[in-house]
Amino acid sequence: MADDATPVTIRFTLDGREVEANKGEMLIAAAERSGTYIPRFCYHPRMEPVGVCRMCLVEVEGPRGTTLMPSCYIAPAEGMVVRTDSEKVKKAQDGVLEFLLANHPLDCPVCDKGGECPLQDQTLAYGPGESRFIEEKRHFEKPVPISDLVLLDRERCIQCSRCTRFAAEVAGEAQIAFAGRGDLVEVAPFPTEPFTSHFSGNTVQICPVGALTAKPYRFAARPWDIDQAESTCTGCSVGCRVAVQSSQDRLTRVLGVDGEVSHGWLCDKGRFGFEAVTGAHDADSEPGRVTTPMLKKNGELVPVTWSEALSAAAAALSAAGTSVGVIGGAQFTNEGAYAWAKLAKGVIGTDSVDAQLDDGLPASLVFGLPAATILDLDTASAILTITGDLSEELPVLFLRLREAAHRGTPIIQIHQHPDSVTAIAHSALAVRSGDTDAVVRMLCGDDAQAAQLRNHPEGLSFDPAALEAAKAALPQGGKGLVVIVGRENLAEDGTLTAAAAKRIAGAFPEATFLVGLRRANVRGALDLGLTPGFLPGRVTLAEGQSGYAGTWSTTPSTTGLSTVEQLGALATGAAAAPSVLVLLGADPLTDLRDGALATAGLAKANTTIVVSGHHTATTAMADIVLPVTVANERTGTTTNVEGRVSVLAPAVAAPGQSWADWTIAAALADALGADLGLETVDAFAAEIAALAPSHRGLSAQLLASASGDGVVVPVGSSPIHGAQPLDPTAFPGVKAVPARPLGTEEASVLEGAPATGGAALLSTIPEAVSVPGPDGYALRLTVQRRLYDGGATVTNAPSLAPLVDGATVRVHPSALDRLGVASGTVVRLRSAAAHLDVPAVSDKTVTKGTAVLSFNHGTAEHAGNAAASLIDAAAVVTDVRMETR
Amino acid sequence: MSTTIVTARREFDDSFTIERALATGAYEGLKKALAMTPEAVCAEVDAASLLGRGGAGFPAGRKWSMLRKNPTTYLVINGDESEPATFKDHYLIERDPHQLVEGVIIAAYALQVTQAFIFIRGEFALGLERVTQAINEAYAHGALGRNIFGSGFSLDLVVHPGAGAYICGEETALLESLEGKRGFPRIKPPFFPAAIGLYGEPTVVNNVETVSNLPWIVSNGGAAFAALGEGRSTGTRLFALSGDVERPGVFEVEMVKSTFRDLIERPELGGGVRGGKAVKAIIPGGVSAPWFFPEDLDTPLGQDEVAAKNSMLGSGSIVVMDETRCMVRAAWRITKFFSRESCGQCTPCREGSGWLERVLYRLEHGGGRMEDVDLLLDLCDNIAPGLTWPPQQTTICVLGPSIPSSIHSAISRFREEFIAHVHDGGCRHGR
Repeated sequence: MADDATPVTIRFTLDGREVEANKGEMLIAAAERSGTYIPRFCYHPRMEPVGVCRMCLVEVEGPRGTTLMPSCYIAPAEGMVVRTDSEKVKKAQDGVLEFLLANHPLDCPVCDKGGECPLQDQTLAYGPGESRFIEEKRHFEKPVPISDLVLLDRERCIQCSRCTRFAAEVAGEAQIAFAGRGDLVEVAPFPTEPFTSHFSGNTVQICPVGALTAKPYRFAARPWDIDQAESTCTGCSVGCRVAVQSSQDRLTRVLGVDGEVSHGWLCDKGRFGFEAVTGAHDADSEPGRVTTPMLKKNGELVPVTWSEALSAAAAALSAAGTSVGVIGGAQFTNEGAYAWAKLAKGVIGTDSVDAQLDDGLPASLVFGLPAATILDLDTASAILTITGDLSEELPVLFLRLREAAHRGTPIIQIHQHPDSVTAIAHSALAVRSGDTDAVVRMLCGDDAQAAQLRNHPEGLSFDPAALEAAKAALPQGGKGLVVIVGRENLAEDGTLTAAAAKRIAGAFPEATFLVGLRRANVRGALDLGLTPGFLPGRVTLAEGQSGYAGTWSTTPSTTGLSTVEQLGALATGAAAAPSVLVLLGADPLTDLRDGALATAGLAKANTTIVVSGHHTATTAMADIVLPVTVANERTGTTTNVEGRVSVLAPAVAAPGQSWADWTIAAALADALGADLGLETVDAFAAEIAALAPSHRGLSAQLLASASGDGVVVPVGSSPIHGAQPLDPTAFPGVKAVPARPLGTEEASVLEGAPATGGAALLSTIPEAVSVPGPDGYALRLTVQRRLYDGGATVTNAPSLAPLVDGATVRVHPSALDRLGVASGTVVRLRSAAAHLDVPAVSDKTVTKGTAVLSFNHGTAEHAGNAAASLIDAAAVVTDVRMETR
Repeated sequence: MSTTIVTARREFDDSFTIERALATGAYEGLKKALAMTPEAVCAEVDAASLLGRGGAGFPAGRKWSMLRKNPTTYLVINGDESEPATFKDHYLIERDPHQLVEGVIIAAYALQVTQAFIFIRGEFALGLERVTQAINEAYAHGALGRNIFGSGFSLDLVVHPGAGAYICGEETALLESLEGKRGFPRIKPPFFPAAIGLYGEPTVVNNVETVSNLPWIVSNGGAAFAALGEGRSTGTRLFALSGDVERPGVFEVEMVKSTFRDLIERPELGGGVRGGKAVKAIIPGGVSAPWFFPEDLDTPLGQDEVAAKNSMLGSGSIVVMDETRCMVRAAWRITKFFSRESCGQCTPCREGSGWLERVLYRLEHGGGRMEDVDLLLDLCDNIAPGLTWPPQQTTICVLGPSIPSSIHSAISRFREEFIAHVHDGGCRHGR
């Protein structure tokens, strides 16, 4: 590591001029930096070189004359003399291209890659004008599906191994590989092992020919008919850079763009979820979008005009006074989040505003922990994860974690169920729900907890040797340690994880944290005040009050209710219960971890106003539904898991009468007789930059200078690197955009800083949470999210919807033996709250004494979110007894 | 002439049994080696100046000295002999497995390696059975396992059957295959497994015949071995002689002291060209080698002597083609082999071999065009630029640049035969 950190410059001669290479840099990359582009197919800047396509051959002078060498595999040496333009090189390039085209069908006119094809482009630039190949080309059945999403045309394949290397090297799932020999070599999935990767779409994008195609784009458009908007993916909170492409105002494709957060990769939900916006190109049905305002009349929702809907909403809100609860907003833009915070807290005067559905972590923890960036993973001395399955929740963050593991960075994992991180972990500690903090204490050297863990009727949940290995790998004082902390288990109280994170921050004062909240812009929503007790800019009500006094008409004086507190008060008829509930894109009936509480609470609200882009279970029972624009229809910014603000660009117009999130807030304020004082998204952005302490100085120019990579707030806390040149073959299909040079105003940028100190914020997090002891007859429930679930994106995307599994409960084989039933049998899980009939799956990786369920998956008898029916939000942990039916 | 080293037991039908092996001195060389220091054993091999018998002819002692110092090192024996007309290791594997096992143990002791592998071509069913048997017997005899013959040296030896790919004879592809992966040759650098080999650890890869010489070298001394042969080519070599000769087979011949003519014509060796016909062409060292012609018959069977004539002694397989043979067909058959066995990694080899094969097929079977002859040469040039010997390459391993040898040789010498095939719409002889 130390060697890489100190760049050593190597001077060599390239086509007669002296150029410089960094130590460890390959010739092809050094040449490209110096302005000499060497053609390539197999080389990919985000993967290890393999040197198989031989397109990048250059002539290198050596002791025994010049030899042709693959520039992707040769590191320049001091004084090396290289030619990329000699006759010998040109003949070799000509030869390789002629060989590649020998068996390649010339079906460019009907090939999806035609027009954006590296083989086409490089043949034009470097290849022979015509082929001397008159033989019968190789034939395969075409195309063959190799997964639910990807199809393979083996005749077009040029065996560059980009896809197989991506699968093995980047995703860590070698589910596709080469079979056969000679010119009959083909890429193939394994007959016994399906290609189920969450990252399969990347293989399609990096394919340098049309061999791999994705179902959602096949024959949908031609590259020259496509419009492109560079934006940020809002499928989860990683914030991957994307090129969103559309044709005739319908989304056709989402491509990864290389950048420092995502390295160009996307998960399949991020890539193909666009179908939920404008529909699949070949589907008959439209996605379930809300396209017009709706009002409940005579017990039935009917379309109405915006003015009628807004009047009705304003009337209900006026009548309620400050007795208003606002839930959601984590899918909104930053500007929308700010607008709604200003409306709720500054106009209506309620602080019962919560972007999280009790599935995240307290805002004071998010703001109070020392922040890490994703780039810090590249230089971390060790990484500690306490999260659900990252490859399911924040998929591309998982890929970045794999990169770190590949570099040799030790990853220490505390988990409740082994997952994809476990496979790359240096040491993995399995814990049962409720025991995380105890294990964290042991990790910090406090062995008082050991006896209690050991006394569990099923024994210690982890190998003591792994604990010792983990301790040894953790750096003294936490220097260079990056901790990724997220909600491990939706069947337990979030304060358990919060307390553990706080303890780590205390024991490792130099450690930095990535708080792995999952929803797209949950971080922006929290930052901009959609959480009780805070005003926009990560400041508490008390500390922020004076800053907003001049611009906002009011600010709340007392901390309001969280989502669960609002619904709880409604359900029990408590005096604090809000009279009107405003749901900002939230669907508690599907998405709240306590399903019974959502049903009971929503039923009791006098008026429910739902702002939503899609029809959901919650819109169906609302009094007023207001259609809002969704991903790829919006202008504004979003904030990722690091607190990085990046740009959203609209690629298509919103359907029907959908309005932007901030527009609805402004119009509603208007209807209430107030005025948010802002009329454009830029005006909201400017007010955020002026008033929100954490966002001070975040100007449009500064964002533009970051060229899609975004700016971590507070401004100045992380360097801005600016535009990188686009390698046209690395991520084919992305249209080149003019590189924007780093902004000239950098020097004058105001340094932003959180106004409320971290220690003060963390002091509100409990030191420890008391956990009930194990019940020898019960299993402790762990509920985690999956990438493909019953949420609006997946269920409305025809290509993704079939990938949602039915709910199953995974238990250790011994638990099924005890019950005397076989794997696959439907069992009854009985919690204190309810019971659920669900198929049981025997899984020896499940910790004894634990039952594992996935969130937001249905069963035969319980459509929707089956797991939520078992969970009581008031309980610290969830114990279930498993019975035969 | 009559000196035999690795085929000393050829007169016995039961040469593969441990009883016969022990009765004829097996494991005596090992015992002597174990009484020496490892350095002394290496010194004997250096003194013997034993050249590798796998094809490249790299000095075994030098290869050993390159083994990087490391807590874990491996020895791998390449018994994947798969090239057409090459069958001399096959002979040693089947006929004298104990000599092979003894050689492996001596090599391992000299290198202080405690884990060795023999990678044997999967199609050698009998050979696999006999080597496996020999290893089991060696364990029982105390020659393998813990504390060999009470010396304190321990070695485990594993037989690994190949899965049928010629490319796994390329040492880095062999290592990949041994690791359980697809047999793709590794890109160079690193150039030698002695730096980074099996499982990323330093590894020596030796050929079956190379290590089969070790018991004799230790028993008789490196100097005695070096006294045989001439120049850099010391000792004896096994030649797999085939094609149009009266007595095809495996022959052990002292290096340099005999010529190709001797090998083909002597009654106790090849016994002459079959039917008394004239030689048309000779493949002197495996199908990768440029061909020899009648004027080359008096070239001595030595590494440098053959190299001086722009070919190689290679894998020791010599194929005689008589005056009736069709050169287009010969080139086509060889190219067909390479096109089937190309691993498919590098574009020029994968696509070039198949293309060449199809063009040659057309020439031989009808459908040849006049421009095909130069097309063949230019495609060859795109695989091995300049068509020089030793070849330049555009590929990761040497399979690619091996393809042009036969085509280039055949066209250079018998261009008119190719042209006749075009005129005649195919081959008149079909032979």
